[in-house]
Amino acid sequence: MNVPAAWYLVLAAVLFGIGAFGLLTRRSALIMFMCVELMLNAVNLTFVTFSRTLSDISGQASVFFVMVVAAAEVTVGLGIVVAVFRRRSSTSVDELSELKG
Amino acid sequence: MNLLATTTLVVPSIHYLALLPVLTFFGASLVLLLMSALVNTKVTINWATGITVATAIATLVYAFFQWSYIAHHGSTTTVAHAIVLDGFSVIGNVVIAVSLLLSALVAHDWAKRERVAGADFHILALASSAGALLMVQANDLIVIFLGLEILSIGLYVLVGFDRHRATSAEAALKYFLLGGFASAIFIYGAALVYGATGSTNLSSISYFLGNNVVLRPGLLYAGGALLLIGFAFKVAAVPFHAWSPDVYEGAPTPVTGVMASIVKVGAFAALLRVLISALGTQLDTWRPILFVLVILTCVVGASVALVQRNVKRLLAYSSINQAGFMLLGVWSGSARGVASTLFYVMTYAPVVVATFAVVTLIGGTGDDLHSIDHYRGLARRQPWLGGALAVLLFSQLGAPLTVGFYAKYSVLAATIDSGGGALALVAILSAAIAAFFYLRWILALYADDDVEGTRVHVPLFTGKVVAVGVIVAILFGVWPGPLATWCQHATMLFLP
Repeated sequence: MNVPAAWYLVLAAVLFGIGAFGLLTRRSALIMFMCVELMLNAVNLTFVTFSRTLSDISGQASVFFVMVVAAAEVTVGLGIVVAVFRRRSSTSVDELSELKG
Repeated sequence: MNLLATTTLVVPSIHYLALLPVLTFFGASLVLLLMSALVNTKVTINWATGITVATAIATLVYAFFQWSYIAHHGSTTTVAHAIVLDGFSVIGNVVIAVSLLLSALVAHDWAKRERVAGADFHILALASSAGALLMVQANDLIVIFLGLEILSIGLYVLVGFDRHRATSAEAALKYFLLGGFASAIFIYGAALVYGATGSTNLSSISYFLGNNVVLRPGLLYAGGALLLIGFAFKVAAVPFHAWSPDVYEGAPTPVTGVMASIVKVGAFAALLRVLISALGTQLDTWRPILFVLVILTCVVGASVALVQRNVKRLLAYSSINQAGFMLLGVWSGSARGVASTLFYVMTYAPVVVATFAVVTLIGGTGDDLHSIDHYRGLARRQPWLGGALAVLLFSQLGAPLTVGFYAKYSVLAATIDSGGGALALVAILSAAIAAFFYLRWILALYADDDVEGTRVHVPLFTGKVVAVGVIVAILFGVWPGPLATWCQHATMLFLP
């Protein structure tokens, strides 16, 4: 069965949308964080699809960079979440309300 | 086997003069990191500051050689056209090096006061600045993304650096989540532009768009819009500014200085490259979007700042307003506009670092005395410190005889040149609103009802940084010629 390239692009767009929607509506820092990862992986899928349709390898090379960046973000992000959790015993962003005005 | 025999790897030629600043910054960061890990006793703050300052000065020396290379050989690209060496990138390197040098000196005194041991601050600041240097020189969307991430990931940690205040970790989490969101939007934009044009290289994109009619421009427009949103987050343009006041307030004050200077330089340099050099042919498409962004950014930045009592939040909104003016030069899209934005960013960076240096001092041990009331009568108790802050604020306000005036004047002139009279008018009105809160702060400095308050101790390095900021504000205010000419030369070497 041949799957048209457009389907992959639509799938990626939907995944990206789910990620963005989740980031804006969920209140747990960990879930929000997973949503960012979902968005980055949607980007990877887009890059790979275009790389195939354009017969150009550089799109696939870009994916490696995005993956490395995502890994680095995980390390730092979890560190920050843990630091906040230690202080408050919660990862809900609703309780982070000292800064406003 | 045959395949292996015939395939040779083509290694792109690398022009090391172009990469030297980035390599030096990363190298210094790694050296400090290894020293912290391998040396038995903690690396002292003196060593860390010494190495950071030496790195910044080395970059200024390279800039001299890079400039003379460009003057003789013209601009060039290297590493398979992913990195540019042109006048624009040299100026960006200089501004980032100067900002880091000043910030490191402020952080030195801050770390001594707060008893922060070790070289962590400097390691992260050096790595972040290396990311900004990469953004300034990038000629490929992926390289811009890498620079952006290297810049941001270091800053996420720096923002949460102060373990004594809960607000610091809170700001770090907010900055991290929204920063990650912005990065994802940016890279998705890059992916769509890649799909539409077949390349992530800015020169190739520009070449493709110049020689082809894009039949279905939806992909390109969507990609360009997402790239623009990603940048708008990073420069804190309204309506993507919500994170910035919280993060400015929560971050340790020297880090706020870094954010207001180095991040702006990196983001604006990359934004200019993407919009002018890659998407220059689509000027009529992105201009209306930028038009709305500029108006919102100028007006909201200035008017919300009016009700702020916390000076760090106030400076956050002030920097949003300033970002609106910088975007104005981008909007004009002309060589003159690029030069004026460059001049604006270049002079704003040292002034804002010096302003945050004063705020660091007044913040006191614990870094939490940031109400505007703590500034009452400062200029009467300590005429030099208070007077310096007044000059720095006058410069951000755009008062004549300070550099802020010429910077605002040149972006407005470029805008009117490109037919943006209405836009220039809105910007001037926003500057008039902004004048209120700057003047309110300056009046508080000279209030005579609290002359007996406590005097703050001014450490040697921070004092020097404030002095540099004041000198920049006044010297280039009365004599902007050489700097403005330099920016124009740099722009000529950048635009094709």
